[in-house]
Amino acid sequence: MIDANFAALLYLLSGVLFILALRGLSSPSSSRRGNLLGMVGMAIAIVTTLLVAAPGDWISWILILGGLGLGGGIGAFIARQVKMTDMPQLVAAFHSLVGLAAVFVAAAALYAPEAFEIGVPGAIHAQALIEMSIGVAIGAFTFTGSVIAFAKLNGNMSGKPIILPARHLIHIVLAIVLLALIWAFTVSAEPVLFWLITIVALVLGGLMIIPIGGADMPVVVSMLNSYSGWAAAGIGFTLGNTALIITGALVGSSGAILSYIMCKAMNRSFISVILGGFGGDASVSSGGAEEDRPVKQGAAEDAAFLMRNAGKVIIVPGYGMAVAQAQHALREMADLLKSAGVEVRYAIHPVAGRMPGHMNVLLAEANVPYDEVFELEDINSEFAQADVAFVIGANDVTNPAAKTDKTSPIYGMPVLNVEDAGTVLFIKRGMAAGYAGVQNELFFRDNTMMLFGDAKKVTEEIVKSLGH
Amino acid sequence: MGTTAENLADTATALAHGAIGGAIDPFTFRLAIFVLAIFVGYFVVWSVTPALHTPLMSVTNAISSVIVVGALLAVGVELAHDASWVSKLFGFIALVFASVNIFGGFLVTQRMLAMYKKKAPTK
Repeated sequence: MIDANFAALLYLLSGVLFILALRGLSSPSSSRRGNLLGMVGMAIAIVTTLLVAAPGDWISWILILGGLGLGGGIGAFIARQVKMTDMPQLVAAFHSLVGLAAVFVAAAALYAPEAFEIGVPGAIHAQALIEMSIGVAIGAFTFTGSVIAFAKLNGNMSGKPIILPARHLIHIVLAIVLLALIWAFTVSAEPVLFWLITIVALVLGGLMIIPIGGADMPVVVSMLNSYSGWAAAGIGFTLGNTALIITGALVGSSGAILSYIMCKAMNRSFISVILGGFGGDASVSSGGAEEDRPVKQGAAEDAAFLMRNAGKVIIVPGYGMAVAQAQHALREMADLLKSAGVEVRYAIHPVAGRMPGHMNVLLAEANVPYDEVFELEDINSEFAQADVAFVIGANDVTNPAAKTDKTSPIYGMPVLNVEDAGTVLFIKRGMAAGYAGVQNELFFRDNTMMLFGDAKKVTEEIVKSLGH
Repeated sequence: MGTTAENLADTATALAHGAIGGAIDPFTFRLAIFVLAIFVGYFVVWSVTPALHTPLMSVTNAISSVIVVGALLAVGVELAHDASWVSKLFGFIALVFASVNIFGGFLVTQRMLAMYKKKAPTK
């Protein structure tokens, strides 16, 4: 219905709109408009495709409208129902769908190359075969990798790294086999080889993520985000579609940058995260002499008293807050403190939670204004002026051993200087070490008070005593 | 930054040359767009505030589902030979997955972004 050149321009337009969608995220105030532009871009891409390659038969139209409606309905339902604490799992699940969609689109192109203008069945251009096989390999890898990440984040699978013997060797052999298969497929265009590529990439994706521990999931989720982008770009080359190529490049570099930020925040190299095996069971190294040292334990009333009389309180939320769903109680506590004239701020470590920006979303959900929430670099110097640091469900990101103890596995990781505050309140379920398996020296200091219990319950008790 | 600018300039020159010379494989143009888009992505993503990294991931998820255009082409394929049905089926599956992602991704991003509020003006 419309000319191919005009369609190419429209695809370019939707690519530009996607760029603007990401650009909008530079501040919360422009982000909502950015998201709308993204939706418009997507609508343009879909409508353009339907116009330029309008199917001639009604069966196709029913399938297209049915597929959009079915998938769209499921997607809208999930988006409405999902709890904010479950965002990491949701994002992992969405990545797996992008990967799977890439695999199926590539398969469709293999069986009906004429629809994609890449040749005729049995005689597809070699170049298209390369692009197709790269797209399908990354897509399949993304799919199983994301499924494993989902299972770990959702608790269907232990967050512990699962170490297989000789796993590095297995990975390398599989990777070589994969490359050989891609080469063979490019030469022969045999559908069997296509499916073998898919299977090997599926297996490799699963095996690569299994040994990675729960605390490294922010990196894994970002990395899979990046891969889903590269898979889309691969398919974009096959289709010669500008919107898809631009988007793939955007998403690919976005995920790569996020992985880099997360790795830097943990002071670990990307390679060491990918090789896996880090972040054992929380109780592994917590036994021993340190356990016997006395800690100062307090009650909710003590904490309430301390904070009410403080001038400035900095709240440090961590994954424990998300698990206990304590964000609303926390906000209530902050409101009471503010009405008592206390200055309240939130300090967020880049790897707090299970995905980049996880804590910010939870606090936003609890109506915490975003201008009270600060990143590590912006607030770290303020702990010295704070009377109370209220650490709720965080541990490793406050551990001073990262600054002083060269033998510690977390040495060199940037941490929040909570020990500079007048008093440090730790809300924790028990004395267990954090994900890195390291004991936190802070627990035993004189100016630290431990409040044992569920983050939400303890916070609610504090709210109650503040109310009196 | 200097090298980035040079790279961009080089690619632009290559593009201009292609426009004059004519006989350049379309793949080269796509590659040029791809490379430039990576640079654009690099700068745009670094400017995203860390507070919005979760919405960034969900929105990139949604936009990478523009792969739906491939699915639409496959579903709409004319039934020229036996394998067309296979292609149609695969296309339909991909269409459903991509649609879940498009709607789910954009809507959940919208839901999250609606929660980010500034401090209420002090009374």
